[in-house]
Amino acid sequence: MTESPNGRAAQHTVTIRPEPSGGPPRPSEPLLSELSVAGRCGQRLPMPDVPVTPLPSGSLLRPALPLPELSEPEVVRHFTRLSQLNYAVDTGFYPLGSCTMKHNPKIDDEMAGLPGFAGLHPYQPAEMVQGALRLMWELERALAEITGFSAVTLQPAAGAHGELAGMLMIRAHHLARGETARRRVLVPDSAHGTNPATAAMCGYEAVTVPSDARGNVDLAALERLLGPDVAALMITVPSTLGLFDERMLDMTAAVHAAGALVYGDGANLNALLGIARPADLGLDVLHINLHKTFAQPHGGGGPGAGPVAVRADLEPYLPVPVVRRVGEGVYDLAYDRPQSIGQVRAFGGHFGVLVRAYTYIRLLGADGLRRVSEAAVLHANYLRAALREWYDVAYDRPCMHEVLLSGRRQKAAGARTLDVAKRLIDYGFHPPTIYFPLVVDEALMIEPTETEAKPTLDAFVAAMAAIAREAASTPDVLHAAPHDTPVGRLDEATAARHPVLRWPQTPAPRAESGEPPSATRASR
Amino acid sequence: MPFVPTTDAERAAMLERIGARSTDELFEVIPSPVRFPRLALPPGEPELTVARRVQALAAANRPAAQMACFLGAGTYHHYVPAAVRALVSRGEFLTSYTPYQPEISQGTLQTTFEFQSLVCDLLGMDVANAGMYDGSTALAEAVLMAERITHRTRVVLAGGVHPEYRNVVATYVAERGTELVASEVTVADAMLCEADPAALLDEQTACCVVQQPSFFGRIGDWAALRAACNRVGALLIIVCNPLALGLLKPPGEWGADIAVAEAQPLGIAMEYGGPWVGMMATREKYLRQLPGRIVGEAHDAAGRRGYVLTLQAREQHIRREKATSNICTSEALLALHTTIYLSLLGPAGLRQAAESCYQYAHYAAAEIARLPGFQVLTPEPFFHEFVVRGPRPPDAMNRRLLAADILGGLPLGRFFPALADCTLYCCTEMNTRAEIDELIRVLSEP
Repeated sequence: MTESPNGRAAQHTVTIRPEPSGGPPRPSEPLLSELSVAGRCGQRLPMPDVPVTPLPSGSLLRPALPLPELSEPEVVRHFTRLSQLNYAVDTGFYPLGSCTMKHNPKIDDEMAGLPGFAGLHPYQPAEMVQGALRLMWELERALAEITGFSAVTLQPAAGAHGELAGMLMIRAHHLARGETARRRVLVPDSAHGTNPATAAMCGYEAVTVPSDARGNVDLAALERLLGPDVAALMITVPSTLGLFDERMLDMTAAVHAAGALVYGDGANLNALLGIARPADLGLDVLHINLHKTFAQPHGGGGPGAGPVAVRADLEPYLPVPVVRRVGEGVYDLAYDRPQSIGQVRAFGGHFGVLVRAYTYIRLLGADGLRRVSEAAVLHANYLRAALREWYDVAYDRPCMHEVLLSGRRQKAAGARTLDVAKRLIDYGFHPPTIYFPLVVDEALMIEPTETEAKPTLDAFVAAMAAIAREAASTPDVLHAAPHDTPVGRLDEATAARHPVLRWPQTPAPRAESGEPPSATRASR
Repeated sequence: MPFVPTTDAERAAMLERIGARSTDELFEVIPSPVRFPRLALPPGEPELTVARRVQALAAANRPAAQMACFLGAGTYHHYVPAAVRALVSRGEFLTSYTPYQPEISQGTLQTTFEFQSLVCDLLGMDVANAGMYDGSTALAEAVLMAERITHRTRVVLAGGVHPEYRNVVATYVAERGTELVASEVTVADAMLCEADPAALLDEQTACCVVQQPSFFGRIGDWAALRAACNRVGALLIIVCNPLALGLLKPPGEWGADIAVAEAQPLGIAMEYGGPWVGMMATREKYLRQLPGRIVGEAHDAAGRRGYVLTLQAREQHIRREKATSNICTSEALLALHTTIYLSLLGPAGLRQAAESCYQYAHYAAAEIARLPGFQVLTPEPFFHEFVVRGPRPPDAMNRRLLAADILGGLPLGRFFPALADCTLYCCTEMNTRAEIDELIRVLSEP
């Protein structure tokens, strides 16, 4: 390239503004486009050692490639500095409710990166990938054992993707029985937004079921809604209120009596390992979030994986391919399954995530998994008991792995849940999930997980108590929080009204002759 | 236990505070017949023991990346610079979550903004989202998006679109009454012929989907198709290989309304199929119909620049059943791989990677075409894949190559019965002349 695609970059100066908190001024990290300098390069590839073939005609080629130009040290420093702007489980307590932000054993990542796994091409013949297929088969068996179901697909890429696969299987089940009138799917009002969104993607009408005063699904209301037009009830177990429904078995029996199926959202499975198997509770289909319960780090928002477990008669509908054991220690992938809902993703699924889950389950075993859920539930109940003095507990009965508070008292004093959350940042903690579930006013959903030690929980309680006192005495401190972060509260309304979603478009540099510049030829 | 720090004494103290006698008591709400099942799982083992087990499973595979690999077909063996792995394994990126609290998530938010910008620049589009599960689901979402925009339900898919991508689209639209129409792929006079999908367009068509380069490697010219789409009011969706865009005219310049791509070739290991990340971009005027997370620039009260999740009124947690999609991830860590990869390679590096693929593929194709009994069926111009018809069945040929430590191409009978005697070969910058010459030597053996 003879011209810079980012001519403006050289003039970039880092903006330094005084910090509102009075601390030393801190430069913001420039964008890659602002760091770009014409002629820099962070990676060189060997030149092809074969005779040169002319390139296709110019009309098929791009005249310009407007990418930033940086050296390797600049790239390393840029991304390292950006990483330091993130709060993470590796740096502190992250009690984000419904997300299970626990510590994941580091060995899991190392195993996923083994060349014998990371270097596999999905179209390699089965005889070349026996270790991978065996791992998948054993993981399917382990997940089936943990959940009580008989068959599992590992293909879905995420929880919501598992919902799509699971609901399509339910649809296939009804259609196979000629039940075309089942067009509605019932969803509790406390449900995660993916549930109604998934029902709509599958062509269903989503109908809301209310919760009762104790945080259970309102069974009477459910029974009124059930009928020959209902395909399924979608429930999360334990619920998104952090509770185990006190009439779980009655609820699932009522759904079955109406000829509908129960779809289980397994987002909260971290409470149930060795405690109760969802299939035993009357669920027919369950997706499992490997990134929550089974050790895939969340990665800033993916990757995850959403395997789906089903009862025996739904097995024919699993997405293709399925892993099959064809002999003692011999595995392959089966595609010829005429009743399958089809593929939900190309090339199998998130294999690297599966390696982590497999490793994790082998590390813990049956006893270890039960201790995970026991500790997760113990820790949540400990926070419920310790925080009750300062905050309203939305449903004050033993909770499962997360506790739901309401910031009603603080709101009355002039500080909203958002302010409490932002003030927690000043105390060094990641805030809980806020304003979800929607059915609780000023919700604070706290999931401590099993991997936190008691001193951490105590420090969190002390911070929450201090914030409650501040909310009563000096709410303005909360309104202005957080005080010592790289940026303060950002103006999200303006950002949505006038969206800036990319760096400024770079003017396309044109080569002098009209010929596209050629990296291959230029250096010969 | 290494991952559950709580000691017996701490448990006792916590139970006392709760007012419970035992942990079991906390689970009394669960009906006793189904409470505390005995799980038939192997007992937990120390890290060292488990590592040995898992290493043994890995060793039971024969990874493509450690062979002379000529297998592509939507998954590509490319070089991943060391700095990519070093940076993405930082715990601050790896163990954070969706940036719900922007003040302590600017790392993820800014890198995502940079990813969106790079996707726009590479694909030549106005706006991009933060990432989809992969290329195939990005295409399925693009088709749903086109149906929303046009209020039409007929979809034309070119025969050159990856067959698994077409399968995934079929699954996604199964319950929506969509009519899927695919153009034909045939062989005539020893030449692969991908029929022009323009012939299938009509006034009911929501969109036409083409792939650049096609599944068979062919580089298409989409100017006429764009005009044909305009005549019937259909959207043009282009699925592309983002690495090829180091060389080729991007979807935006062909006039694509929606462009999607699998980012795996850009810094992500093959990893037996995933996790990867899908790129999805569109024109400004369709922004509100774009599914997935989107990050935007914002400012704080002191005027400092930062980034936030934005336009969330499209998403499931706000809109529930009226959302554009149920997706609530962006494969952020994989998008980070690609962002770092592109910032290392820059325009010259990406151009060179693309040209290397092109040069090696053409060298290999020319040498194969010279062998008695072999024909290269993909017409010029092609990018890094081409269809070969040989004198022996593809599987037999591949077994022979494997014996020489060479991973042959994809036997096409699996997806195209009419091409049962054909193999799709792929070359990338990872191949060398010596590897290709060895491939030719084995193929030429009687």
